[in-house]
Amino acid sequence: MIEQTGMSAAVSSYAGDPFVDFRDVWLAYSSELADRGEFAVEDISLSTREGEFIAIVGPSGCGKSTFMKLATGLKMPTRGHVSIAGQAVTGPLKIVGMAFQAPTLLPWRTTLDNVLLPLEIVEPFRSNFKAKREEYAARARRLLATVGLQGYEDQFPWQLSGGMQQRASICRALIHEPRMLLLDEPFGALDAFTREELWNVLRDLWTTQRFNVILVTHDLREAVYLADTVYVMSKRPGRILAKREIELPRPRDLEITYTEAFTTLVYELREQIGSIRKG
Amino acid sequence: MASRNAERFAPLILLLAILIAWELICRLFSVSEFVLPMPSAIAVALVEFAGPIMTNAWRTFWTTMIGFSLSIVVGVLLGFVIGSSRFAYSAMYPLLTAFNSVPKAALVPILVVWFGIGAGPAILTAFLISFFPIMVNIATGLATLEPELEDVLRVLGAKRLDILLKVGLPRSMPYFFASLKVAITLAFVGTTVSEMSASNEGIGQLLLTAGSQSRMPLAFAGLVVIGVMAMAMYELFSWVERHTTAWAHRGQNAS
Repeated sequence: MIEQTGMSAAVSSYAGDPFVDFRDVWLAYSSELADRGEFAVEDISLSTREGEFIAIVGPSGCGKSTFMKLATGLKMPTRGHVSIAGQAVTGPLKIVGMAFQAPTLLPWRTTLDNVLLPLEIVEPFRSNFKAKREEYAARARRLLATVGLQGYEDQFPWQLSGGMQQRASICRALIHEPRMLLLDEPFGALDAFTREELWNVLRDLWTTQRFNVILVTHDLREAVYLADTVYVMSKRPGRILAKREIELPRPRDLEITYTEAFTTLVYELREQIGSIRKG
Repeated sequence: MASRNAERFAPLILLLAILIAWELICRLFSVSEFVLPMPSAIAVALVEFAGPIMTNAWRTFWTTMIGFSLSIVVGVLLGFVIGSSRFAYSAMYPLLTAFNSVPKAALVPILVVWFGIGAGPAILTAFLISFFPIMVNIATGLATLEPELEDVLRVLGAKRLDILLKVGLPRSMPYFFASLKVAITLAFVGTTVSEMSASNEGIGQLLLTAGSQSRMPLAFAGLVVIGVMAMAMYELFSWVERHTTAWAHRGQNAS
């Protein structure tokens, strides 16, 4: 099964250049650590198709966040090569939007102004932000409406529930229309019902906009439900131990999480994680 | 609602209770006016010497305000530097702490040599005693930035200055206003201490003169004036704080 999926990946990357391309990537946080052979991630190789939704799962502290830093250009690999959208990564990538477990909205800004924040910083929006503020605000309102936050634009984040804050945080990540969205356990702090609601919000955003997604999570159901491909990472130092294509038909809805095909996939991944933890 | 009102008037009621108890104790035990004058005697002195008290109070007030303005400027700048650079923090913080623990009254004679008797030493003492809390609070506000948020912005190409201006500075505003409340009261202490040995004017000088002439009601009247001025400024800054950084105090009025 694994071989078979390996083949299909080869076929699809043949069809176009890979979007995210990690080749033998190693990262140590300092040169002393590198000299001692203590790496945060080791020998990571993976590549994704344009528009692919991948999920990375693994035990906590496995270097998932390090992977995020590499994929955004916030960290350069100690060894190996990272390229995104066909270009070698040499610094922070503006075509990326990020959201984390903590919504990190600014409490003194309204929801709308929080979502607009990236446009005040990233070019080309930055230069004409003042002149085109109305246009951008309208764009932010449309985006907020698509995640179900219409009517809350002028509220402050602390007046919103946790799930709403997370929706706003995802909007902030998407406002500059990035080609890649990186999510680091974005739904980890939410209750089960809200989490499943937000899975669908994310699914719908991805279905309409087709950006590339890297979702770091330790919720296996979340990974299987949303992703095209799930990668399993080992304990620190993080390595990619397995790659699993999720061939469940799309569009998926929550019903699918109760099917046998779904639970079998989750169970298989669960077993792999379990054997890492024991090992 | 009733409890809200009670809360508002509680300080007044407490003050009144203390004054009455004070007056009663002085009268019951016939405490000498040279030891502890009665509130009523202090009130009489306040009215009797209203002219000179006002002149001296005005002097103390403006010297304090100049010193305090200096400490806002310097405190904010230093806080900005220390809070935004780890290197500057480790280089400067120990020295500044050492400096802060020097009793400022001990600096007054030196300031007199440099600037002569008058407003100079008072302004500088007020400044030296009050910039530290402002600096520390600005630095704290800047340093407590969530690393995730920093990543979100750095990926977008944000420069350090962008992050400081968009996130760090607004975030440190509540700390800043909190520190102003502390600093203004310290600034009054600085001015008064300095005036006691290095000025011919001001409430500090009035206190010293009244003390040396054993005019205790007048000395206490001076203390009252200082207290009232400091409290009024404190309340002013609390008001500004509540109206500019309401988001940081949401606990009190949110649903």
